[in-house]
Amino acid sequence: MSAVRILGLFNDFDAAANAIREVRDANLPTLKLDDVTIKSPIEHPEVEELLGVRPAPTRKYTLVGALLGGSLGFSLIASAQGNFFAQLKGGKPIIPLPPDFVLTYEMLILGGVYITVLAFLLCAGLPTRMKSTLYNTKISEDQIGVMVKADKHCIAEVKKIFQKHSALSIQEEVLE
Amino acid sequence: MNDFNRDKEKDIRDDIAWAQINKDVLQSIDKPRSAFWQLFAFAGFLFAIGVGCEIYQYRVGLGVGNFDNPHMWGLYIASFIFWIGMSHSGTLLSAILHIIHADWRKPIYRFAEAMTTFSLMTAGLFVMVHLGRLWQVYYALPYPNERWTWPNFQSPLLWDAMAIFTYLTSSMLFLYVGAIPDFAICRDNATGWRKNFYTVLALGWMGTDRQWRNFRVSYMTIACFLIPLAVSVHSIVASDFAMSQQPGWHITSFPPYFVAGALYSGCAAIITLFIVLRHTFRFEEYMTFPILDKIARLTFAIAMVWTYLNLIEFASVWYGHDMYSKEVLIQKATGPYSPFWWTMIFCGSVVPFALLSKWVRANLTAMMIISLLLNLGMWLERWMIVAPTFSHGYYPWTLDHDQWPSFVQWGIVLGSFGWFGLLFMLFCKLVPSVSMYEVKEMVYHRTLARKHAREA
Repeated sequence: MSAVRILGLFNDFDAAANAIREVRDANLPTLKLDDVTIKSPIEHPEVEELLGVRPAPTRKYTLVGALLGGSLGFSLIASAQGNFFAQLKGGKPIIPLPPDFVLTYEMLILGGVYITVLAFLLCAGLPTRMKSTLYNTKISEDQIGVMVKADKHCIAEVKKIFQKHSALSIQEEVLE
Repeated sequence: MNDFNRDKEKDIRDDIAWAQINKDVLQSIDKPRSAFWQLFAFAGFLFAIGVGCEIYQYRVGLGVGNFDNPHMWGLYIASFIFWIGMSHSGTLLSAILHIIHADWRKPIYRFAEAMTTFSLMTAGLFVMVHLGRLWQVYYALPYPNERWTWPNFQSPLLWDAMAIFTYLTSSMLFLYVGAIPDFAICRDNATGWRKNFYTVLALGWMGTDRQWRNFRVSYMTIACFLIPLAVSVHSIVASDFAMSQQPGWHITSFPPYFVAGALYSGCAAIITLFIVLRHTFRFEEYMTFPILDKIARLTFAIAMVWTYLNLIEFASVWYGHDMYSKEVLIQKATGPYSPFWWTMIFCGSVVPFALLSKWVRANLTAMMIISLLLNLGMWLERWMIVAPTFSHGYYPWTLDHDQWPSFVQWGIVLGSFGWFGLLFMLFCKLVPSVSMYEVKEMVYHRTLARKHAREA
């Protein structure tokens, strides 16, 4: 059976939240909460109360990036210093730890920031092409979109719920 | 309360429509006041002067800048420190205020972060300009090579290059990531080449809960990284001086002194640009007097920290037993540099007391003059760090009190202001300098808080 995606636009978050609550409580077969997406002009952390806690794993990548950045920085610097030990050091150590710590610190931050940005793009699904996706420019302005993906029969029910909660517009897209 | 006072008290309206916020900000980009183009032309003129002077210096040599031994750095390195300092407040304050959820940051942080990026790019120019022989710039790059000019990892100059690179790229990423939702708004409203431009920059942002969730976590994480990074950058710039043995530079309090000075000049620059953008882009509705009042108070507090650290520096030199450092200090206060040194003290430590007046804080002309004076003081501070020490070293043959920078040096310094102005204004013409989605968030949360208060 072909899947369908439906996007309902609501005037404010409360209206969208009421619609989502009813969709959730309707216990429609084949509808999973993971297939419900909210599109909004600002962030609404309250969405997790409706749809459950959803993962944002970027911090794990950040930790890895910072550790890799720091250790890579120290290894590169120390190996460069070890490699040109022939340079006269005037009795100072070949690998001096305090100055290397400064550079390691900078590399730790560099690695942390770069990997955080990459992780953000990865976890947020960016960059993405918008051609085949339901979208309305009103979403970036002042309206809240609720997008549901399910099979055709479920979608008919969802559409009724959206209409009941005064959706301003409803768009559909058949997948596959 | 009369209309004038009501305007001074007015903050961003809670009942402003979100669509109106988009409309106001996008219209301002399309049609700024004519003052924008006048300032743009003036910046271009200054930049042209700088380019002309640089071409002359490039062809003839550093001698035309009136450099000699011991005066090898002149205004170039003083301006380098000034621009690094200027870069501080933007990203650092934005990150701190973001972490503590200070919502008044929202209408002003975008241009403050842009200021950071362009200040760092301007500072980077001076590193190359002060070399004179630009075509041999690769000699200064720290990489092992067959010439055996090994990088010295114990030198603060190398740390500096690394720290500035990290700060510049991290600040640019922070600025870019924070602007992605606004690029999407621009994409949805633009036509022609601008639509393609913003489509690329928006990366396909659609405002899904998944995107917002990861955006919030990532943005906060980068902000957390940027605070220690910003402090380290100017501490390391201070180490360029403090880790040397030169009189007047070998002072323990230099790193915090540099950080305070950097925050100070950055705050003053934010005030200047706040007033310029408010007028040229018609942002009266968003860049409000209560926000200006908060920045002014913050500037005053930082000015007092800077003054305190200045006094610490003088006291530690005065009561120390390093007679050379003491001679440099006395020379600053009584020698040929004294007019500039006292002007620095006046602008940096006396002028900020005007900010205690509520009338001054609510008067744009007064605030503009004060912010310019504060930054004049901060630029002089950097010059007074570099020049007097070079003019009065350890040996009699290094004493040279009468050196005066030539028009070439002054021209290139003016050119740097033009370069910064051009980049900054171009940015403001292409990117919304007021963050639309964050202003909406601010309005939304205030309305929500008011609603909850009513219900309670």
